[in-house]
Amino acid sequence: MTTVLHDMTVAELAAGLKAKTFSATEVAQHFVARAQADATGSFLALNPEATLAQAQAADARLNAGTAGALEGVPLGHKDIFVTKDFPTTAGSKMLAGYRSPFDATLVRRLADAGMVTVGKLSCDEFAMGSGNENCAYGPVKNPWDATRVPGGSSGGSAAAIAARLVPAATGTDTGGSIRQPASFCGITGIKPTYGRASRFGMIAYASSLDQGGPMARTAEDCALLLSAMCGPDADRDSTSLDVPAEDFTASLGADLKGLRIGIPQEFFGEGLAADVRAAVDAALAELTKQGATLVPISLPRTELSIPVYYIIAPAEASSNLSRFDGVKFGHRAKDYTDLESMYKRSRAEGFGSEVKRRIMTGTYVLSHGYYDAYYLQAQKIRRMIADDFQQAFKQCDVIAGPVAPKVAWKLGENANDPVADYLADIFTLPASLAGLPGMSVPAGFGAHGMPVGLQLIGNYFKEAQLLNVAHRLQQATDFHLQKPAGV
Amino acid sequence: MSLTPQDIDRIANLARLELKPDESERMLAQINGFFGIVEAMQAVDTTGIEPMAHPVAAIQDVQLRLREDVVSEPNNREANQQSAPAVERGLFLVPKVIE
Repeated sequence: MTTVLHDMTVAELAAGLKAKTFSATEVAQHFVARAQADATGSFLALNPEATLAQAQAADARLNAGTAGALEGVPLGHKDIFVTKDFPTTAGSKMLAGYRSPFDATLVRRLADAGMVTVGKLSCDEFAMGSGNENCAYGPVKNPWDATRVPGGSSGGSAAAIAARLVPAATGTDTGGSIRQPASFCGITGIKPTYGRASRFGMIAYASSLDQGGPMARTAEDCALLLSAMCGPDADRDSTSLDVPAEDFTASLGADLKGLRIGIPQEFFGEGLAADVRAAVDAALAELTKQGATLVPISLPRTELSIPVYYIIAPAEASSNLSRFDGVKFGHRAKDYTDLESMYKRSRAEGFGSEVKRRIMTGTYVLSHGYYDAYYLQAQKIRRMIADDFQQAFKQCDVIAGPVAPKVAWKLGENANDPVADYLADIFTLPASLAGLPGMSVPAGFGAHGMPVGLQLIGNYFKEAQLLNVAHRLQQATDFHLQKPAGV
Repeated sequence: MSLTPQDIDRIANLARLELKPDESERMLAQINGFFGIVEAMQAVDTTGIEPMAHPVAAIQDVQLRLREDVVSEPNNREANQQSAPAVERGLFLVPKVIE
């Protein structure tokens, strides 16, 4: 073996398993041992017995010649996906000790492809946050600098991949929660078109925005996982689109000649840190060297996407999270006087402060007398933002820019200023509101040696095109191969 | 516009959240801070714009489907109740609501 197992990509592991260079059990043991020695706090739950049982079943299929495309390759699941074999907390005290009676559709589909689950990965409570600091079980350290956040809300997924604890993971993206941590940790992640990957069993935060997707080190690996994840889930998810599954690896390597890359001027204004801009510009220069052309475009309502998102998402959250009432599952307070006080105390004790803030904001904007002024107005501007993208896509094939205005910030830096976190989401929110596919691909390093991601946004159902652009960039650069010190 | 402490009490009641006094105070300041950035939304002319609920509706008609009304799940009562705070003889227990 020339490369150690944890430095291998999903594609390399899958090939090695098929060639019987190593067994799924050996691979699982290797990654479980790494996860057990984890110093980043990425994992919320491990179950070595269940992982090894899955690996043994994978070995049996490999030996019987009935192996799936990703047979025996390990991964971690963001703790927002419910799993039968592992507890699921959504990063909340509300769900401490919760065991789901079923697996989320994406968990099942990746298992059907042969993947083996190493454990559950930390995230902001109910996926509400941009730094993974809102997790009730403690923050996650960025493997590139333990004093910095890994990004959020899929922070555990991104950190675990960067620290070589898993070769790939699931994440979810409501307002940037796959792209931003991928950028902060120097890995690759893609959020597909809203409705392409089932939301069944993904604990709901904001249902019209939530979308699951893969995170890994390379675009090719993301393509492999995404191919197993997408496709209609007609009986389980009413918003799942009737768009067939696709082999996203099929067009990897295609020429970039003639590709028009839209550069939104609003993404390159005053708020963008110089170090991030330099890395993004260099990545764009590499793509033009390969034959792409840069086209200036405008997304005039970029700034408005912040209030629009932070009205719509909390509104939906306040409705979704009303299910946590201490009756059928989740935390129940010890002391109460009647049913109503049981609800109020259970929710007060179970939810953290950011979740409470969003429930309060959402309840307010949906309440009598405020619905039209806030919620409905936000939904109207949401359509204008989506239309802005369709205008832009008349001039370009993909859109590129930074993922976030600056590199990963210090743990605790925004602790008393939730709005500072909201403002940092400015470049990821527009594609989320429009439901467009978006990804982050390593573009270099900025201040303090921290990773910088290039964001690529495609039109609806153009995931394959995005993945190809990222793949071509990775053929010419080695940012995605670099490792944090000590890993 | 600014929310008042009374607004916070009213919303907390609607949201079934018991807030401690210092928590209510912090919440008031933070939510008002957030509404500072919401003001920009009010100035946008949205006359004649249809609100958008499903994002892909920007390019195509999206209809929420209904599935056939048939039994699809086996009886899984024990597994479904394994995480319930209080269960007796297969029933969820709540505080007495009828005297």
